[in-house]
Amino acid sequence: MKLKPETLQRIDEIIPHYPVKRSAVLMLLHAIQEDVGFISTEAIEWVATKLELQPINVLEVVTFYPMFRQKPIGRRHIKVCRTLSCALRGGYQTCETLEKEFGVHRGEVSADGEVTIEFVECLASCGTAPVVMVDDDLHENVDCARARALAAQIKQEAARRG
Amino acid sequence: MPAPAQRRIIFRHIDEPGYTNDLACYVRHGGYATLRKAVTMAPAAIIDEVKKSGLRGRGGAGFGCGLKWTLVDRKSGKPIYLIVNADESEPGTFKDRYIIHQDPHQLIEGIMITCWANNVKQAYIYIRGEFPVGARILEKAIAEARAAGYVGPNVLGTPYGCEIYVHRGAGAYICGEETGLIESLEGKRPYPRIKPPYFPAVLGLYQCPTIVNNVETLCHVKYIVEVGGDEFAKIGTPNNTGTRILCVSGHVQKPGYYEFEVGKITLGQLLHEVCGGPLPGRKFKAVIPGGSSAKVLRFGETFTLKNKDGSARTLAVEDIPMDFDTMAACGTMGGSGGVIVMDDSVNMVEALANLNAFYAHESCGQCTPCREGSLWMKKITSRMVHGQARAEDGTLLKSVADQIAGRTVCAFGEACSWPTQSFVAKFGDEFKAYPETKQAAKPAGATDLV
Amino acid sequence: MSASPKPDLITVNVDGRDVAVPKGTNVIEAARLVGVDVPYYCYHPKLSISGNCRMCLVEIGMPAVDPATKAPIVDPGTGKQRINWIPRPQIGCATTASPGLHVRTNTAQIKECREGVMEFLLVNHPLDCPICDQAGECKLQEQATGYGRGYSRYIEAKNVKPKRTQLGPRVMLDDERCILCSRCIRFCKEVAKDDVLGFIDRGSYSTLTCYPGRQLTNNYSLNTVDICPVGALTSTDFRFKMRVWFLKQTDSIDPESSVGANTVVWSREGVVYRITPRRNDEVNDTWMADSGRELYKQNRAPDRLMVARVEGQDSTPAAALAAAADLLKPAAGAVAVVGSGRSSIEEQFVTRRMANALGAGAFLVGRSDPGDGLLISADRNPNVRGALVTGLVTNLPSERLTQLGEWIDEGKVRCVVSVGEDLLAAGLTEAQLARVAVVYLGTHANATSAIARIVVPTFTVLERTGSFVNQQFRLQKFFQAVPGPAGAIDDLTALTRLLSSVEGEYFPPEPAAIWPEMARAIDVLQGITFAGIPATGRLLDGSRWAGLPFPEGPGLHFQPAAKP
Ligand SMILES: Cc1cc2nc3c(=O)[nH]c(=O)nc-3n(C[C@H](O)[C@H](O)[C@H](O)COP(=O)(O)O)c2cc1C
Ligand code: SF4
Ligand code: SF4
Ligand code: FES
Ligand code: FES
Repeated sequence: MKLKPETLQRIDEIIPHYPVKRSAVLMLLHAIQEDVGFISTEAIEWVATKLELQPINVLEVVTFYPMFRQKPIGRRHIKVCRTLSCALRGGYQTCETLEKEFGVHRGEVSADGEVTIEFVECLASCGTAPVVMVDDDLHENVDCARARALAAQIKQEAARRG
Repeated sequence: MPAPAQRRIIFRHIDEPGYTNDLACYVRHGGYATLRKAVTMAPAAIIDEVKKSGLRGRGGAGFGCGLKWTLVDRKSGKPIYLIVNADESEPGTFKDRYIIHQDPHQLIEGIMITCWANNVKQAYIYIRGEFPVGARILEKAIAEARAAGYVGPNVLGTPYGCEIYVHRGAGAYICGEETGLIESLEGKRPYPRIKPPYFPAVLGLYQCPTIVNNVETLCHVKYIVEVGGDEFAKIGTPNNTGTRILCVSGHVQKPGYYEFEVGKITLGQLLHEVCGGPLPGRKFKAVIPGGSSAKVLRFGETFTLKNKDGSARTLAVEDIPMDFDTMAACGTMGGSGGVIVMDDSVNMVEALANLNAFYAHESCGQCTPCREGSLWMKKITSRMVHGQARAEDGTLLKSVADQIAGRTVCAFGEACSWPTQSFVAKFGDEFKAYPETKQAAKPAGATDLV
Repeated sequence: MSASPKPDLITVNVDGRDVAVPKGTNVIEAARLVGVDVPYYCYHPKLSISGNCRMCLVEIGMPAVDPATKAPIVDPGTGKQRINWIPRPQIGCATTASPGLHVRTNTAQIKECREGVMEFLLVNHPLDCPICDQAGECKLQEQATGYGRGYSRYIEAKNVKPKRTQLGPRVMLDDERCILCSRCIRFCKEVAKDDVLGFIDRGSYSTLTCYPGRQLTNNYSLNTVDICPVGALTSTDFRFKMRVWFLKQTDSIDPESSVGANTVVWSREGVVYRITPRRNDEVNDTWMADSGRELYKQNRAPDRLMVARVEGQDSTPAAALAAAADLLKPAAGAVAVVGSGRSSIEEQFVTRRMANALGAGAFLVGRSDPGDGLLISADRNPNVRGALVTGLVTNLPSERLTQLGEWIDEGKVRCVVSVGEDLLAAGLTEAQLARVAVVYLGTHANATSAIARIVVPTFTVLERTGSFVNQQFRLQKFFQAVPGPAGAIDDLTALTRLLSSVEGEYFPPEPAAIWPEMARAIDVLQGITFAGIPATGRLLDGSRWAGLPFPEGPGLHFQPAAKP
């Protein structure tokens, strides 16, 4: 695991925000995942050493939170909201549409490694349901038509990247 | 009666064209004047104003904000912490999101006033992991405020100093529960703490006295100091003061957020007039009025409530004011202000199956009844919608839920059993006779819920 | 409400009965004092309170007082102070007794709560008790009968979790049986200070795990097996070997060090199957080291001495002892006795008498190794303090018998009696030993037994009865759990026989019979009888020896006296 200098710098900034180092676990894991894409065993042990914890303390946390992943995912992370308000407005259909567009099931990485689709719980934007997050960005009112457009856009961006 | 007009206090600038989330814009609109005023006031005087205001927490429980602050152990000699609950994880709730994204300085000003009033030197904003942009906005806003002397050492030139840090969650509803949140902030699995003895006001973050308040609550605090507690108390209705953001989602024409004086608008006015009524060709069937955990209301049911003078009044669902007390009297709650509407295309078994999947996924798993009960309820409803419903499943579901509520470490136990209890109680027929296939359960064109 | 009988006691009421309990007692313990059973899983008296199982729910009430005047509110119907019951049930494990606290455990609500928790615990638990190793010791099985509903309403598929995971060399985990009570995790964190266990994932899928790549190897790992309320954690060693209900239990003491952890020895038909800790709040709480549990294996070790020898010929213990007496008596004045810090205080008393009778110098071999700060101290002899109390020695023993070596070299000593000590290991040379006749009393073969003129096989601690004085000067008894091997003899019998032949006077070989004389002869033992020593031991006045540089450092319930 090789962390970028700016990640390391950010980590050293974060730790003193807390009177007890252990508090920084979540923030460190976020920083590492943003940098290298997932939380490896090495990362768990690195965080444990950094915060003077036992590795099990970090593993317990990593596995509790769905946002942390222990394996790499696709280049684009698509999260479709599954919960009631979105479902009432077609969230399940949105998810199925995206699955069809990318030929991949929820929870999996597409064959080309481009996307991972996840069906997640409420994203706190229920008023503009159904909603989808692509990486950090929220897309609102994503009905099936918009889902197809969104898929097209993602594919286009992938093509442009080459 | 026509619906009253919205009264936008907290959301005054949300979606206002030209209003940006930077410090300059905020200050241009009078921002931080209230903090300036606050630091000239004695902390106890601010707490008094908040008490006078009657403000009740907007996070879900509706606990008196002033009372919460008075319970803080100020004699321990330990530091007092403020944690801002920006976890916004109750399904159906999406108000804090807009404050954070569009008006972060309003929140920061509320935080600093609260810190000053409670002699807090260190505040954390616990923001849900799914708000990465929000977290960046808050960090930038805090940096701006620090540079301008509103946050940090020597706030506004006084000897008083206070830091705010942003702490990100990572996708767990239970981190909205205040003691689960505290554990999470301490870097542990967010297992809610047993109360007693771990009341945050005494043994909170790092075993120090801690105040946990919702984002919206703290924005109200800012407004209370701006106008005075008495003035604030005139807004809304007795014991249900101020305004609150109502978040409407699901089957209405115009879902979204609306700010009204508490209790001044009824559920019927909100849904029919403000939100434009049901979708074309549909009728309202059910509504969850205070976030997904609140007990569902069935359109058509009525409530007979006692008036103060001893007489009784009967309310239809549409007549219930959007407040704390009447909602509670009708067996549900104002909760987080998230109103989820279901029309007659919805099969209630499926809607419950959707929610049960949420709760089974989010139970932290610490205590037996919730850990095992929430998954069991999910398995039952999921089996039902997959062609193996039994006539007795409704009774079983209710019994499982009854074995959870009131017996768990944290209020998630109620949160996960109230939907089941109320769905089965109010839509028992649908649970007795769920058809063999999902397709048969609902009208053409209705959306899938499971 | 009656007034508190003593300042540190408060009165609470459980199911209608008043009981005085020490301040700080929780409701489970308070109820126990009146014989009311509050079932529980996650609570453990020696671990932090977690409150997760919810089995111990009870109804709690407080006497009503007028908020303004604080005057008691009396119920006109009963004439008694009204009790304000909290509508929600509360957990007994986390509710501390406060004056006047009322507890109800026998209501319909509580019955239903327990049935609910039992049902929940069983929905994802395999129902194959007949093949589970914990059967007979499983609190789940036990309480399902007492508090369960007796039938299952669960028709869904059970969760699937890892089975048969080897957590470490001695502990095995079956995750499907785990009820997630977190006792084992808390033990490792709080007591063993070896944080390797934890829960991963969440909700009903939470799974107990040892950090991958790490093992539960600490020397206290088997305590997790003891405290696991179900059959999730089992001992690799004991697993499926024997059903517990067939086993006899005997109180004993861990002889590994001067801590003297209290133990129970589980045996059947003369065979020991396991050793587990016995609660003593002043010594070892409810814990013991893994190493001490293995000691029973020495009983049947291949190097166990099974037959007496005289001059290289097989013999009987009686004949060998007679030969020893014949050797020693004429040598009186030129004998040395190497006693043992592993002998009981009774054995040491007799050893001292024998040394006196033979005009012999008495020695002890010290044994030290760093302590673990918990239940193994730096003094690896269980009973050096016994040797001080009996006057067998007057100073702390050294690890080497240098003085004895010098005496041999000077020709002052012709015969050496060794009580279980390997004299070569203790620093004597082969040349020195060649110049003396050695009488060896011991359990296992070693270099000294190999060259001894007379060898008398003796018993291990599991085969003997007696008492040790631990690092706190606490006198603690241990009892014979199993008979010794046929060709061996009990140490106390051997020593009293030798003494009888030397002094020409009969000495009874039972500890109980020796005590009256010991109590007369030794002032700090005055008034004590063997039978009168409580199961958890009795503190002796050790102040006379306070100035000695004892090697022990701090451990559980032990702070060394400040060194002068
Ligand atoms: C399961 C559960 C989830 C909760 N989620 C949230 C949340 O997302 N945001 C929030 O402000 N309060 C949430 N709460 C309520 C908090 O525990 C706490 O009462 C609240 O933050 C206090 O703030 P207030 O007094 O300002 O409302 C939740 C409570 C429970 C039991
Ligand atoms: S009630 Fe549920 S969420 Fe709360 S502590 Fe228990 S298992 Fe966790
Ligand atoms: S293995 Fe046993 S002690 Fe450990 S958590 Fe599971 S049930 Fe409790
Ligand atoms: S239910 Fe989808 S954002 Fe809330
Ligand atoms: S014993 Fe488990 S909750 Fe009390």
